[in-house]
Amino acid sequence: MNKTQSPKPPTALSVHIGSLRLSNPIIAASGCFGYGVEYRDIVDLSLLGGVAVKGLFLAERPGHRPERIVETPAGMLNAIGLQGIGVHRFIKEKLPELRQRHATVIVNICGSTLDEYVELARILSDADGVAALELNISCPNIKEGGITFGCSLNGTFDVVSAVKKVTRLPVIPKLTPNVTDVASFARASEEAGADAVSLVNTFLAMAIDVETRRPKLSNIVGGLSGPAIRPIAVRMVYECRRAVSIPVIGMGGIASAGDALEFMIAGATAVQVGTANFVDPFVWTKLLDGIRDYLGRHGIAHVSELTGTIDTAARENEWTSS
Amino acid sequence: MPVDVEARVIANTRLSTDYNVIALSAPAIATSTAPGQFVMVKLGRGSVPLLRRPFSVFQILRTNGRVDGLTLLSKRVGVTTGMLFDAVEGDVVSCLGPLGRPFQPVDPPAEAWMVAGGVGLAPFATLTEALRGRGTAVTLFYGARSGRELFYLDWFEARGVRLVLATEDGSVGDRGRVTSPLERELQCAGGLDMTVYACGPEPMLKAVARVAAKYSRPSQVSVERVMGCGLGGCYSCVIAVRDTPEGPHYVRSCIGGPVFSGADIVWD
Repeated sequence: MNKTQSPKPPTALSVHIGSLRLSNPIIAASGCFGYGVEYRDIVDLSLLGGVAVKGLFLAERPGHRPERIVETPAGMLNAIGLQGIGVHRFIKEKLPELRQRHATVIVNICGSTLDEYVELARILSDADGVAALELNISCPNIKEGGITFGCSLNGTFDVVSAVKKVTRLPVIPKLTPNVTDVASFARASEEAGADAVSLVNTFLAMAIDVETRRPKLSNIVGGLSGPAIRPIAVRMVYECRRAVSIPVIGMGGIASAGDALEFMIAGATAVQVGTANFVDPFVWTKLLDGIRDYLGRHGIAHVSELTGTIDTAARENEWTSS
Repeated sequence: MPVDVEARVIANTRLSTDYNVIALSAPAIATSTAPGQFVMVKLGRGSVPLLRRPFSVFQILRTNGRVDGLTLLSKRVGVTTGMLFDAVEGDVVSCLGPLGRPFQPVDPPAEAWMVAGGVGLAPFATLTEALRGRGTAVTLFYGARSGRELFYLDWFEARGVRLVLATEDGSVGDRGRVTSPLERELQCAGGLDMTVYACGPEPMLKAVARVAAKYSRPSQVSVERVMGCGLGGCYSCVIAVRDTPEGPHYVRSCIGGPVFSGADIVWD
């Protein structure tokens, strides 16, 4: 635990991710909220539990050619290709404003090599205003690095332990669902010293225009997000919660307070919201109000009491008694 | 600053079997909309369609001088435009806006030459009013598939706009693309100071930007890319722009546009 942080009294919505205290469990998901500053005029960034900024490499990246997104039933595919300004411009151009607006900044970092993750972690550990590092080892849309770590247990272990060696910031590997057993990746992360895991990144998917027989995305394949993936994501969070004792940050199609609560009951300590922000950039206060209302109705003093409280025994009894 | 309004449908006028103009009660958006800005629209609360769709604001509605709504010009091509076509008075449309960088209207003695292709007519009603307020002479080059798909000609004429029409079937005006009469008139324009404004299919925008540059006139083009959020969050609606020493890079058309200088865009 980082003892240098001054202890703050718990509030009904605050949660802890390792040494990091979030004022509430609602985090803007990386890749869905720009660098946060894009939303400064319409969202009070300090009201969010955290802002996970768009994935950063050391260098700037152009991203893929359009078309970069396509809507699918109750969801969307994206293949943005991690267009980004690079870590140095982020620190110079974006971080000061995020700091000034009291955002809790979670920086999502991506590397082509293990050394790049380590270098990014070093640089960001020295920057003022970074609350945690999320390791993007799960982007399905880039050829090099990233997901090659996230699809190998050894790769996951190696990148997490290497980053942990050079930073005091909480380290949160973001896991891909495109593996047979996501819980084993949560375990590898925990064994390597991760402070939490976040899941799920998008599901590798594709869509084809039957008239032209062309893929609808320039990258041919992309990542599926939105309500369509939510039940699978809930199941994966449930599995990871049972496999590890570090916090699990859940995400995948959350669009309402009920959706967020479902992830928490399945085992999430906090949640991230992505696609829903595209549909409704004012979703944040609705989510927080809905969670407060739920806690009130159920007489729950603190939201963290909900985590992992799924009652499977009752379900089994119902089945056996019918 | 954009706001999200649950806008009631005041009226829905079908102009053809595909085109309609829908009037929405959204004074909070309409009062602050500049020509060329857009709104992100969603009908219904369900997950199909999931994302909002961008529409240029067509007209600002006033009753006794007070702004009380806006209209959208829509062509039925997909799920959301189909719902907009079918909507009836009293329906509710989620409307987020105003968004994006607007057109920059020119002042006299410069003239404004607007070039519209099909549903790309949409931003030119508000631009016409802004130009008229400045006393700028306005010409509208307007192209469509046929004369049956040329709309609001009386509206523009009533506001002193000179019309130059083109249809692909030759039923009205020049036969072929609207860029042909545009180039013909540019050839004869001599030293006339003018800015070219364009909205329509991207191949048309590319042709307009090229012909404007050929005759050394500035152009402002409104692009339409597949847009996820309208606020700069998703990085889907990018277009390649040459404005850096390192060369072209992808700019989000929702916040960097949708209006760009035609000379800045790297056309495919």
